[in-house]
Amino acid sequence: MIIDKVKKLNGEDTKRVKNEKAADMMIGKWVKCDSCKEIIYKEDLHKNLSVCPNCGKHFRLSARRRIKQIADEGTFEEIGADILTKDPLKFDGYLKKVEVLKEKTKIEEAVKCGICEIEGEKAVLGVMDGNFLMGSMGSAVGERITLAIETAIEKELPLIMFCVSGGARMQEGIVSLMQMAKTSSAIAKLNQAKNLYISVLTDPTTGGVTASFASLGDIILAEPKALIGFAGPRVIEQTIKQKLPEGFQSSEFLLEHGFIDKIVERKEMKSTLAKLIRMHK
Amino acid sequence: MAELTAWDRVTLARQLERPKASDYINSIFEDFIELHGDRCFGDDKAIIGGIATLNKMPVTVIGEQKGKNVKENMERNFGMPEPEGYRKALRLMKQAEKFKRPIITFIDTPGAYPGMGAEERGQGEAIARSIMEMSSLKVPIICIIIGEGSSGGALAIGVGDKIVMLENAVYSILSPEGFASILYKDSTKAKEAAQNMKMTANDLKKLKIIDKIIKEPEDGAQNDFETIVEEIKKYLTQSIKKLQQLTEEELLKQRYAKFRNM
Repeated sequence: MIIDKVKKLNGEDTKRVKNEKAADMMIGKWVKCDSCKEIIYKEDLHKNLSVCPNCGKHFRLSARRRIKQIADEGTFEEIGADILTKDPLKFDGYLKKVEVLKEKTKIEEAVKCGICEIEGEKAVLGVMDGNFLMGSMGSAVGERITLAIETAIEKELPLIMFCVSGGARMQEGIVSLMQMAKTSSAIAKLNQAKNLYISVLTDPTTGGVTASFASLGDIILAEPKALIGFAGPRVIEQTIKQKLPEGFQSSEFLLEHGFIDKIVERKEMKSTLAKLIRMHK
Repeated sequence: MAELTAWDRVTLARQLERPKASDYINSIFEDFIELHGDRCFGDDKAIIGGIATLNKMPVTVIGEQKGKNVKENMERNFGMPEPEGYRKALRLMKQAEKFKRPIITFIDTPGAYPGMGAEERGQGEAIARSIMEMSSLKVPIICIIIGEGSSGGALAIGVGDKIVMLENAVYSILSPEGFASILYKDSTKAKEAAQNMKMTANDLKKLKIIDKIIKEPEDGAQNDFETIVEEIKKYLTQSIKKLQQLTEEELLKQRYAKFRNM
């Protein structure tokens, strides 16, 4: 593997390789795993579902890559793509920032929802994207997710939500807070209609998303070592004026405390979801 | 006198001497019987709740309870509930549904408590569940923001058919200090943040987040408490009566549409 080659080269001519690696990192061919510090060839990382081949760390995924991993090829049909960012507070510079982000991330908002097939099983799939204002939930995100939930009810399909979020979107103020009520009310309707809802928590899932639809799945799965909580670790540390223990608010910690059903590695995610959907048919 | 700024209202909303949930509960209703505990872990004193009567009609009342002095605030955790507070509230609301009692909640919190224990016992889950369940409870729910309504900790008991605010209460996604520190990277810009956050009753009425504003004297609710109590009582009586005329289906449809449109 390329990593081994790099290791070997490292021994032979550290300086030259370092320079080459630095140059390659600059042009974006290599990334450093912030968990084991290994330098990984990007292509290898992507072939491995964006999981570090060395230590198993699950890198954060864009919505596009996540959908590619979960939905059968060519089956994802987006819904609510025309629902775009609103600016209820007329917050200085907000829409400009969103425009820049759209250009950079090639997505229009922090969640993509659609109907797709997962190992041939039809489902509504919602995938948040942490590259877009930290996956925060403003009116467009809340509206897209609510529409996805309502679509699941209408078409009698299971709902899968991949969550990643810093919480409610500050720039939209109280309107963002109300998205928690809107999405959770829609989940209540989904429950009355007796549709399956699987929520998958990925790194990080916090704030208003944890305190709404993310915590309301019939089955709640999580990726390994994701940060999951209501208050962010820094806020807690400031409040209690002490450092949090290692692993506090990790997926493993939540499993231990009874708040998630199962930790699922990325390579098992698609088949696990398909299996669960089949069991609820 | 000049119009109060958003920050003036934040200051009024946080005043120690401002009437608290228990003051309203004891003045608006008769025969309040406080009920305790979430049946899981404990009894959170930052949330009080129980049964009372409003013009002889039994109702369930719930309130986020701040203290009026340091000692009481320590006891009440400054009105910052832990998960068991929200679970107690939800238990009492389900009980209200069983016995067909209308629910009235009083919101007054700087936010849900961000502590270690709260996280270990699922603060996010407790809030999420309360929000979800409130959206489909088959009895009228009226939520009144009496002081500080901050973040998910306020919304957790804030999903109702009518949302009422006292004129100098504030309702927001988080405190202006927190907002300033996140968006302006400077927590001292809280005054500016308050102005921009649209957190006052007037702003929220315009945004159609709330339905009704209860007038206050300029120097705060404590200075004309009796009139305010009368106003709230009148509003509760009228709006509960109207809501009770709806079928359960209509009531829930209307509540869903209310938040669906936000």
